[in-house]
Amino acid sequence: MPETRLLLKHAEDPALRTLAGYRGYGGYASLEKAYKEMEADEVLKELEDSGLRGRGGAGFAMGKKASFLPRGEMDKYLCCNADESEPGAFKDRELMQRNPHQLIEGIAIAALAAGAGHAFIFIRGEYDSQADVLDAAVAEAYEAGYLGEGIRGTRRDLELVVHRGAGAYICGEETALLDALEGKRGNPRLKPPFPAVQGLYGGPTLINNVETLSNVPHIVRNGAEWFKGFGTEQSPGTKVVSVSGCVRRPGNYEVELGIPTRELIMDLAGGPAEGREVKAFYPGGSSSPVLRAEEGLDLPYSFEAMAEAGSMLGSGSIIVADDSVSIPHMALRTARFYHHESCGKCTPCREGTNWTVKMLERVVRGEATPMDLDIVASVQENIIGHCLCVLGDSMAMPVGAMVRKFREEFEEAIAAASEGAPAVAERIPVVQGAPETLGAST
Amino acid sequence: MSPVDGIGIDNRDLPVDRAVNEGRVPDRSPQEIPELHEVDCPEELRRRIEELMSKYPDRKSASIPALWAVQRLYGWCTPEGIRQAAAVMRVTPAYLESVASFYDLLHTEPVGGHKVHVCTNISCWMRGGDELLDAFRAAAGEDADLFVTGFECLGACDIAPMASIDERYFGPLETGEAATAIEQLRAGAEVLPEKALEKRPLPGGPDA
Repeated sequence: MPETRLLLKHAEDPALRTLAGYRGYGGYASLEKAYKEMEADEVLKELEDSGLRGRGGAGFAMGKKASFLPRGEMDKYLCCNADESEPGAFKDRELMQRNPHQLIEGIAIAALAAGAGHAFIFIRGEYDSQADVLDAAVAEAYEAGYLGEGIRGTRRDLELVVHRGAGAYICGEETALLDALEGKRGNPRLKPPFPAVQGLYGGPTLINNVETLSNVPHIVRNGAEWFKGFGTEQSPGTKVVSVSGCVRRPGNYEVELGIPTRELIMDLAGGPAEGREVKAFYPGGSSSPVLRAEEGLDLPYSFEAMAEAGSMLGSGSIIVADDSVSIPHMALRTARFYHHESCGKCTPCREGTNWTVKMLERVVRGEATPMDLDIVASVQENIIGHCLCVLGDSMAMPVGAMVRKFREEFEEAIAAASEGAPAVAERIPVVQGAPETLGAST
Repeated sequence: MSPVDGIGIDNRDLPVDRAVNEGRVPDRSPQEIPELHEVDCPEELRRRIEELMSKYPDRKSASIPALWAVQRLYGWCTPEGIRQAAAVMRVTPAYLESVASFYDLLHTEPVGGHKVHVCTNISCWMRGGDELLDAFRAAAGEDADLFVTGFECLGACDIAPMASIDERYFGPLETGEAATAIEQLRAGAEVLPEKALEKRPLPGGPDA
């Protein structure tokens, strides 16, 4: 099955980045329609009816989230979460780089629905080139009256600021993002109150992912019913899926939700290198529990199917491991990331990620005993649900799943090293397969 | 005071604030907001930070952008630069230092002018990110003008293994291209033009 491009349509055209190019493809017609012909409540209802689910990880219904904001005149805010930092995810980067005006139009319409007068794009500091693209596009949008005071001759206003982060995965967590945007260290907040009630500067705040907001102009232009014609009943629409790891054509593919996962990995992304087989994959970024090839490849790629299989669609980022990849090393690589990125506020996450790294290092060095694997597993269980945010859970879920599903491999790693196989010194060896056979330059 | 080596983890040169290990004592009392006339803030920096503050409902929101401005001017977040920003923003230097020390891209220690971040996370690791980092290290040698470090996922797994060189993305890179890139940096030439992310088409080709 080929791709179904809504968000990435015309994305190959470099002119799409400019206001003229975007308008040439019918851009900003949805904004005109929403601002001039619709009431805020109508826009909100259209978004709720569309069933659009958040594309940042949690998959919460976008319209419903917007409806949680209190009504009435007050300072309300919209934050676009562009702090895409989860290993395996790179779809928002593509959307911002190739079609910044689609996002700006989506933000303007969503702000209208939520009654927000101030909007922010919180973009990760590493995306410098994309932030430049956004800055240029925002300036163009102000110039053309799509942002600012009295948008397109109406009496509606919206200020939009592109805010660059400075390198911290935790800022993708919505309340940490708010703290960072308020100029503090990015520590998560206790919930409730949820941001919809008390968020940025204490005001009601709607926080949505780049891809979620990029869907909004299409829904307003074509209607909720049209949108529901794509995807499945519980996962309507298309999804830009980032496929990476051991595949021949890594990259972003936009597909209807619900297509077989096998098509994404084997057909679109080309599958693993000659002579290799898929061993396991993360279906929704590094924080999703890994699925073995035999349990995951034939599942439909949808929120509900992945949840039913005990994993999650998350941000829609597939990382494929072929049979050359050592799962204990992959678990360690995963754990190290979360250990480094833990903000340190909650003990189970701060200590749990630290000890998990240490124990997994013992495993790959052959210093561990099979009992240690039970301890690793129990540490993961004691992290989940015990912190202010899900950063710790995001390590515990995939690492726990790897220990559970590939236990023999962990035990073999322990046994092999203790029988005199070379222990891992200061660094972990790369996969046993040669990376050059993966077609890295295609 | 002898520095304590590491904090018990193999951090693979991920940024760790040495102050944490060395127990560095701040030079001045952290509670005081410095006055502008005390800090000799360059006019351009002051104007830039004031402009940044005006974009937000609360001026403190400008702390990260202000620290970026300091880093762009001085190469890193120098104690003097932080004091200057603090004086303009009317916050304590300690407050800004707490922010600067939280984020990986803000440096509270001197670093080289050219910054090379090599991703060593899952997808890049699978495709040779560690070897690429080693190659960049070897090519850079002891050159103080080059800051080469491993980094957590940069959000470009499609071009794994990849590196961010002076805030632009390049990949997929062969280990041999590390030396080329370093030479180009030293010569002030354009770095690996054919490997720039911006020039990469969508993997699925143009619209069907």
